[in-house]
Amino acid sequence: MKKKLIAAPYLLWMVIFILVPLVMVGYFAFTDENGNFTLDYVANVAQYSQIFVRSIWLALIATVICLIIAYPLAYILIGMNKNAQGTMLMIVMLPMWMNFLLRTYAWMTLLGNNGLINSLLQTIGLGPYKMLNTEGAVVLGMVYNYLPFMILPLYSVMVKIDKSVLEAAADLGCNPRKTMLRVVFPLSLPGVFSGITMVFVPAISTFIISRMLGGGGNLLIGDLIEMQFLGTAYNVNLGAAISLVLMVIVLLMMTIMNQFDVDDDVILM
Amino acid sequence: MKKLSKAYLGLVLMFLYVPIFVLIIFSFNTTKSRTVLSGFTLDWYIRLFKNEVIMTSLMNTILIAVAASIASTILGTTAAIGINSMKKLPRTIVMNITNFPIINPEIVTGVSLMLLFVFFAARMHFEFGFWTLLIAHITFDVPYVILNVMPKFRQMDPFLYEAAQDLGCNPIKAFFKVVLPEIMPGIISGFLMSFTYSLDDFIISYFTCGPNTQTLPITIYSMTRRKVSPEINALSTIIFLIVVIVLIVKNIIERKHGAKIRKEDMA
Repeated sequence: MKKKLIAAPYLLWMVIFILVPLVMVGYFAFTDENGNFTLDYVANVAQYSQIFVRSIWLALIATVICLIIAYPLAYILIGMNKNAQGTMLMIVMLPMWMNFLLRTYAWMTLLGNNGLINSLLQTIGLGPYKMLNTEGAVVLGMVYNYLPFMILPLYSVMVKIDKSVLEAAADLGCNPRKTMLRVVFPLSLPGVFSGITMVFVPAISTFIISRMLGGGGNLLIGDLIEMQFLGTAYNVNLGAAISLVLMVIVLLMMTIMNQFDVDDDVILM
Repeated sequence: MKKLSKAYLGLVLMFLYVPIFVLIIFSFNTTKSRTVLSGFTLDWYIRLFKNEVIMTSLMNTILIAVAASIASTILGTTAAIGINSMKKLPRTIVMNITNFPIINPEIVTGVSLMLLFVFFAARMHFEFGFWTLLIAHITFDVPYVILNVMPKFRQMDPFLYEAAQDLGCNPIKAFFKVVLPEIMPGIISGFLMSFTYSLDDFIISYFTCGPNTQTLPITIYSMTRRKVSPEINALSTIIFLIVVIVLIVKNIIERKHGAKIRKEDMA
């Protein structure tokens, strides 16, 4: 039996709906409306360098905050007994199963000038502070939405660390802090790198979080792309060029992260 | 130290849950206010169920999620079988391309599919809507099925299939009797993953849905554009409840299953 043939329908699908669309992005990025070759649009992307820098910067901050919050959390989780671990992990991951638009909307109502946080602050005589439509709100939205993506890979790497290795470190004279720094941390690095990728990629390319929490003034790469395809600025060629640059940034980032042998099955979860 | 851990855990959980609980509490509020509780009502829930746009988009979402996950499970499983028997080089190439929709930013996948559909819509006279959505969903679902099924082949004893044939099965029977049960867990988790991703997807749907066919996330998005709409709170509450119930049931099933396996191991 020719087993290979059974993959033919998928191979066809893959070429038409994965490969060809990506080639089209490249084609549109390097041509003008009439289909003539041009480097104008790719060169034009440089005009938006400010937005690129802001996107990378905000995504980086969000990624670092996620790592700082998630690392101790994962460490606490693996210290629990097996049953408690399962339950706690479920509780931590549960919000992720709600649509991210609803989660982001929740913060919209909390952060607004007439929102709950400001009205609580007012009862103790503070504020109101402008929190919605700021860069801080965008970072908060990213952290809130993507934190589980950091917790999961960290947890699944840490949980595999053999407890006897930790005991051995203690026997050999490490205090808990030294064990953490010299044993747990190096062993958890694959989880760290995979968590960084899993938070950074959606954070740098989001356009909803910035629009809902950042107002009009904090455009990110995603907003820029969306505007070229569905918004007022309709310009498919420029949109394709920006997408291409975004793709290159993300792929570069992943290649760097992949240098540090990342577990395959972590990504799947 | 123990106390510190508990406090930290509590703090993170608060961060994760307070926004959701605030939504839930205000879904029962009589006024549109988001700060003052003025009384208990179920009005927003009634309005939600009477809202035709929401109900239609809910139906669309379920229809597309079911169709896309079934189609991608079949397509992905056959693909995994074929890819598994390929030589190393073509297999690596195919798997790298398959990984693309997973590692690429979703917005790029959405935009690239939109470009493709725009190109063909003009030439083949079709409109954006159910079919473009379905194709887009299958496209981002299939890789998850493949990635779930492929490892099952690696775990399987390759001689089982041959043994079945030695014992008188024809290849097709051997496949259904021996191979399929072995890879079934992968197929099921691939299917479930596809289904949940399809239900939840916003970004790729946003670029491929067209003006007339909306899925629930897209309707939610247009609702959030309006300043205050307490129906969203009601919807969030319902979705939250469904998620809680599904996860609890899943957990119970897994634990029972785990206990059964442990018992069998002991015996």
